[in-house]
Amino acid sequence: MVPEEFVACHDCDLIHRIPVGQEGRSGRCTRCGAVLFNHKRNTVERTLALTAAGAVLFAVANLFPFLSFDMQGRVTETTLLSGVVELWSQGMGVLAVLVLLTAVIAPGVQLSLLGYVLVPLHAGRVPWRLELALRALRRIETWSMMEVFLIGILVALVKLGRMAEIVPGPAIYSFAILILVLAGAAATLDRRAVWQRLTVGA
Amino acid sequence: MSAAPTARSLGMATCHECGLLVRTGSTTEEPAFACPRCRASVHVRKHDSLRRVWALLFAAAVLYIPANTFPIMTTTYLGAAQSDTIMSGVIYLAQEDWPLAVVVFVASVMVPIVKIVVLAFLAASVRARSRWRPADRTRLYRITESIGPWSMVDVYVVTVLVALVRLDALASVEAEVGAIFFGAVVVLTIFAAESFDPRLIWDAAGDAPVDEPTAAPPGLVSGGEPEGGVA
Ligand SMILES: [Zn+2]
Ligand SMILES: [Zn+2]
Repeated sequence: MVPEEFVACHDCDLIHRIPVGQEGRSGRCTRCGAVLFNHKRNTVERTLALTAAGAVLFAVANLFPFLSFDMQGRVTETTLLSGVVELWSQGMGVLAVLVLLTAVIAPGVQLSLLGYVLVPLHAGRVPWRLELALRALRRIETWSMMEVFLIGILVALVKLGRMAEIVPGPAIYSFAILILVLAGAAATLDRRAVWQRLTVGA
Repeated sequence: MSAAPTARSLGMATCHECGLLVRTGSTTEEPAFACPRCRASVHVRKHDSLRRVWALLFAAAVLYIPANTFPIMTTTYLGAAQSDTIMSGVIYLAQEDWPLAVVVFVASVMVPIVKIVVLAFLAASVRARSRWRPADRTRLYRITESIGPWSMVDVYVVTVLVALVRLDALASVEAEVGAIFFGAVVVLTIFAAESFDPRLIWDAAGDAPVDEPTAAPPGLVSGGEPEGGVA
């Protein structure tokens, strides 16, 4: 007998009975097509591996210059943060905060929370205040927009093409890979399975 | 044709944070208690959904105008200053690289307006208690929600340019107020999409028939095929 639970579709409220555990199975709502569950194999281990890789890439992306700009021998180098600093110094504080939040803080917090949740789970323990960490993770993911930033970099490069020579730095490559790694981590994380680790009725 | 069994019709509600199905004990009243699993407060439907959607959409639509008419940046190159709006930036880019210009045009100009129009349409259809193609309207909502971040692209372009081009009189880029309006539009439309509750579409559609004739009583989900692609 397969263990089952009742859930309601988050998009149309229809009640379904879905299997619990059952790694490798997934299912959609029979009425509106929303993904009801997607039980991943080894979700904790796979997501943890991607998170660890992501943390390294995130550090490189933030510490090293991502572009250098060479115009008639005068070179400026930029890091992810220098754009934020420059916006701030031009009196565009609101914009600086928005960029800082969506391109630096959100992905950083996302990786930290994933680590905080998954390291203890991997060791067979339930992390302290797991529910708060998972709730924060859901909130912050909406504001993580690194893939859009990469398109922004691309557009900026094309616009500057005539003006000067642009040399990509190591950060831009780690930035690009980080986007794939973060997307992978989000896809391998089986939220229902992680929530199941919390016992009901405390 | 009997009504489809929804959580609400059975006196239950889904915790919006952890997805636990919780018994509320009432099919009419809004429950006022915390989820037994994650302590988030349980709501049958997102609180005050339509009113928040309308307010946020209105604000976004108003700010969309200065976002597109005010310059987002000023470029000074060899002593000559030039201000660019979103649209003039797209036109300039089209001369350099038109596929990229199309991407930027869709992301910056089309995405916010499409988001505003689609969410307004969905909210109006719920208000009119429309029974027209609820599954398609739900799908439309999911797409609208996912395209939101792409309109940030111009804000990032400005960020990268101000960071790179700072050689004083020789060449410099300054961010302008249009970029702030633009960022505000993006943020407001994201909040608006988050505030909309797609289950309202199905409440309004009432006892529209379920696609699968066998799905009337709560049944095991079909289509639980193993996923093989993402190994
Ligand atoms: Zn559904
Ligand atoms: Zn909950």
